[in-house]
Amino acid sequence: MSSIDLIVGPIHPALHEPERFVFKIDGEIVVDVEPRLGYVHRGIEKALSERTYIKDIYLVERVCGICNVAHTLTAAQAIEQAFGVEVPRRSKYLRTIVHELNRLHSHLLILGVVCELIGFDTLFMLFWRDREVIMDLIEMITGNRVMSAYNIIGGVRRNIGDFEVTQIKGVLSSLAKRVKQYKKVFMDDPTIRARCAGVGYLSRAKALALGAVGPTARGSGLELDVRVDEPYAAYDEVKYCAVIYNDGDVWARLMVRLDELLASMEVINECLDKMPSGPIRVPVPEAAPQSAEGVSVIEAPRGELIHHVYTKRDDDKPFRYRIRTPTYANIPAVCEMLKGCYIADIPAILASIDPCFSCTDRAALIDTNSGEKRIIDILSLARRSKK
Amino acid sequence: MLIQRIAAWARLRSPWILHINTGACNSCDIEVLAALTPRFDVERFGILLKPSPRHADVIAITGPVTRQAAERIRRVYEQTPDPKFVIAIGSCAISGGVFQDCYGVIGGVDKVIPVDVYVPGCPPRPDAIIYGVVKLVEKVSKGG
Ligand code: SF4
Repeated sequence: MSSIDLIVGPIHPALHEPERFVFKIDGEIVVDVEPRLGYVHRGIEKALSERTYIKDIYLVERVCGICNVAHTLTAAQAIEQAFGVEVPRRSKYLRTIVHELNRLHSHLLILGVVCELIGFDTLFMLFWRDREVIMDLIEMITGNRVMSAYNIIGGVRRNIGDFEVTQIKGVLSSLAKRVKQYKKVFMDDPTIRARCAGVGYLSRAKALALGAVGPTARGSGLELDVRVDEPYAAYDEVKYCAVIYNDGDVWARLMVRLDELLASMEVINECLDKMPSGPIRVPVPEAAPQSAEGVSVIEAPRGELIHHVYTKRDDDKPFRYRIRTPTYANIPAVCEMLKGCYIADIPAILASIDPCFSCTDRAALIDTNSGEKRIIDILSLARRSKK
Repeated sequence: MLIQRIAAWARLRSPWILHINTGACNSCDIEVLAALTPRFDVERFGILLKPSPRHADVIAITGPVTRQAAERIRRVYEQTPDPKFVIAIGSCAISGGVFQDCYGVIGGVDKVIPVDVYVPGCPPRPDAIIYGVVKLVEKVSKGG
């Protein structure tokens, strides 16, 4: 029997964590997956320890542009911890609000992309239309659509007033209605059920053993949410319950994201109501006042994000900086999901962990017997799968 | 020749774009994608995103060129049929941007292949990206 290797992965280095997967295929079924990591390395961690703390915030923001707020928030918290700085309460609330808005845009984005990959283009367009509304809010608060550069060491950059509060509330209440509608579509629509339910199964035990994080873990019934387990920013004062689904398939992971959209909106509303007045930042010295260590863990849209910094006394550059991003932690889990799936389901399963490389990646189909090689990209793979 | 005139006319009216990412942080990419969606909707101008270099008239590149990507985009450039045009989107694609002195990064796209239009911004807004394409079309219609 001819065995075929299906190579999906960036020789063309797509993202901050480009992965390359070699699938062993038997007919239409994937029997084994071999991930190869570390293809593109821009050298960010090294660059971080060569630049000053102030510049570092802007560099970590560009580790991943989609969850940029999560990165700046974690970095700011880690550095503040090492510096021994306490930020004002109001800035914690503002951070939480922008962090959750960032999550809204990230989740809407990936829900749209998955819909496109399973052949539901209308829903893709609808999700992205709604995402623009969130982008407008982020632009109003921070001054930029995507790279918000909102968190700085010692607080946040801009304040919000009454006008912004009413704007945000108005937009969120109309968005909540639409998200509820989408949720109904995801529950009932036969196309979505057929393409997502039961596909890419990951059991709870496996998710735990392989160290899955974020919506991937929560879709498999693991109660793992940093916002609940170790509240940071203003989460210790707002109500939040982790969204858990037990099905463990692509559908469950999407439903976790849909429910989190609603939960995030509630968090934002609660923050807006409870927000104390006061300063939004405190002055921070440029150089580290002490040699210390700072660790910060937050729940980024894709899961647990960890920044770890070592400071050196009287030095304005970190001694060592370490970042662990959630997609990296989810790679073993996604390999497990892919075993036994159909080739046609690969794009949806990969996208269901929200790995940031859904659109631009390429795949090469290699027939090991003839050595024949064809190069296709994920989208045409998806298109093939729609036929 | 008539057929060439028709081809030139079609190219101006409906440029097909291949988007490649050479190590970008994703923001530029989502802004390129956002340009396709209802708010901006470039398809009404005839601009289409294509997945294959063989079909493309315009290559839109985002991100700093990393060492691994350099060879790759050179290959994609060679695979694209003539006449072809390149748009560098974002500060990274122009000069390496924030990643300039990182050891994994060579620099801007023009270190590897010739670039026709630069769209600045980190990331540029979808409006700016569309404006960049329009500028390119103007440039081409004036004869390159
Ligand atoms: S120009 Fe800015 S937004 Fe675009 S890829 Fe570079 S760092 Fe990211």
